[in-house]
Amino acid sequence: MIRKALWLSATSVLLTLFTVSGHAEDRVVNVYNWSDYIDSSIIDDFTKKTGIKVVYDTFDSNEILETKLLAGGSGYDVVVPSANFLARQIQAGVFQKLDKSKLPNLSNMWDVISERTAKYDPGNEYSVNYMWGTVGLGYNVKKVQAALGTDRIDSWDTFFNPDKLAKLKDCGVYVLDSPADIIPAALKYLGLDPNSTSPDDIAKAQDALLKVRPYIRKFHSSEYINALANGDICLAVGWSGDVFQARNRAEEAKQGVEIGYSVPKEGAQMWFDQMAIPADAPHVADALEFINYMMTPEVIAKSSNYVLYANGNKASQQFIDKAILNDPSVYPDEETTKKLYTVAPYDPKTQRVITRTWTKIVTGQ
Amino acid sequence: MTNIAATAAAPAETAALPTRLAKGFVDRLVIIVPYLWLLFFFLVPFIIVFKISLSQTAISMPPYTPVLDFSDGISGFFAGFRELNFDNYAWLTQDALYFNAYVTSLIIAGISTILTLIVGYPIAYGMARAPATIRPTLLMLVILPFWTSFLIRVYAWIGILKPEGLLNQLLLSLHIISEPLVILNTYTAIFIGIVYSYLPFMVLPLYSSLEKMDHSLIEAAQDLGCPQISAFWKITFPLSLPGVVAGCLLVFIPAVGEFVIPDLLGGSQTLMIGKTLWNEFFSNRDWPVSSAVAVILLLVLTIPIMFFQQAQAKAQEQGK
Repeated sequence: MIRKALWLSATSVLLTLFTVSGHAEDRVVNVYNWSDYIDSSIIDDFTKKTGIKVVYDTFDSNEILETKLLAGGSGYDVVVPSANFLARQIQAGVFQKLDKSKLPNLSNMWDVISERTAKYDPGNEYSVNYMWGTVGLGYNVKKVQAALGTDRIDSWDTFFNPDKLAKLKDCGVYVLDSPADIIPAALKYLGLDPNSTSPDDIAKAQDALLKVRPYIRKFHSSEYINALANGDICLAVGWSGDVFQARNRAEEAKQGVEIGYSVPKEGAQMWFDQMAIPADAPHVADALEFINYMMTPEVIAKSSNYVLYANGNKASQQFIDKAILNDPSVYPDEETTKKLYTVAPYDPKTQRVITRTWTKIVTGQ
Repeated sequence: MTNIAATAAAPAETAALPTRLAKGFVDRLVIIVPYLWLLFFFLVPFIIVFKISLSQTAISMPPYTPVLDFSDGISGFFAGFRELNFDNYAWLTQDALYFNAYVTSLIIAGISTILTLIVGYPIAYGMARAPATIRPTLLMLVILPFWTSFLIRVYAWIGILKPEGLLNQLLLSLHIISEPLVILNTYTAIFIGIVYSYLPFMVLPLYSSLEKMDHSLIEAAQDLGCPQISAFWKITFPLSLPGVVAGCLLVFIPAVGEFVIPDLLGGSQTLMIGKTLWNEFFSNRDWPVSSAVAVILLLVLTIPIMFFQQAQAKAQEQGK
């Protein structure tokens, strides 16, 4: 991290020198996005078209991004936090309002998604959707067939029913190490409000998770991609795009591992990754231009075709590969979309209860 | 006694006084450098962390209050100062979680240190007894792993230890076991990871103290009829004690706060203080409580080591 930061600052020093030495018009935008989350030709195209240099850096957890933003002076112009993190970062004063007159491509956005992201960012004043997806069940088709006698999983029951999960114990079950994704799923399965912050409800979710705890091999938020792709595990509760990545890696490896992904019929949590500009961003005008470019239908479609996530851009859908657009696990049909839910960010007190409950579930203490 | 000696020596010394003063100044200057180092890279960061541990969380940048600065003048600084308190430390005592995490970390680090010593001592001993011509090569081999990223080396152990991993394949094909061993995601995997990663830190100080040892002492012991094993325990081991202590501290201290190895190799049930701190800092966004956890960890580590060093210094004086 430190080395990367040093490298970055060295780069910006070099760029500054370069600017001074002649190209007074040289413009830069520092982008901080999730790893493996863009088709890199998009960045080259942007530079070719606008002459703005992109310094592109990546992170792999919201927490790391948040810590940099809260410490201040990150030097980034465009960052891409998930919506529930974004919400409390807005409260903390991390971001600046977007000048919408500089974002004509906003007209391409999809109201179905904008309505939902407004729950985190009222009026979408601070952010624009980049990609969105669901929290669901990724599984090894052959191993699940062998253990459960079915090659399709479509319900949370496969995970929360101790009798069923016990059968998958030996082939391996991984779960996201992320209470904000798993506890709402448990509440949903129990027929409770996934947004509930009542200690009683959270305790019920804890009981449900403790019942299946003995059959879970590990809680981790990224290892399951490789574990699924290598055939080391047969079930993972994970993020849609990660499971698709595992599916692609498994296909490339040609070891006969086949990965499926299911949005459980009871309903699944939607998440959103949002582009936003830090309040202390050094290149605001360039950042706005970058965000506007990313809302060009052809551009964001190219990104979706590459990373296999759905995006919040309605106009881009005609440019998205039919196989992706018609895949209900990427773009769920209307019926399923109705059942998808969002979870509001927790206040600090509830967050503490949730984290403590999670430690109890994960470590037994 | 000293007075008389000083008076007697005085006339001779007066002439040399200016140069002596100058020399004393240079000496002091040399000593100041490490003290400045400690001040800037240990004391100042510690005071910052300690101050945050006395603050409260807030939804702001930075995520705690009060932030001590002079934007409201001196009075604003002192007003902020009065808001500091020890609530976060009281919080740590209310939930057994933190105590258990400290104890688990100390036990895991302790066991790992002993294992590292058991593995490292023969290696260091062998290196020190090897012909002087090949010693630099051996030393190089010990340092060599540092050329690869620590993270990649720990990841490689996942490939070795997993149920379909190299180790199980080897043991299965040799018919030593009939069922794959479950090592990954257990405490055993954590011990293997720590012993492997920290082995050079144990071997190097051991090697340097064993290499300095005068081998003629062993020869003398053998000439006088002392069996080899007892010569080892009576001469070699006591003489290598400084290396043993240095090696154990170099392994034990970072192992207590280890985060990466238990995260990658250990099971989710492993409760270590590094993970607890991570949760407080990143999941709860509670910088003050996580700072308090860090301050306590520092005390847990430094106080016993200080006592230990004092006891050692005393023992050495008595020995003389």
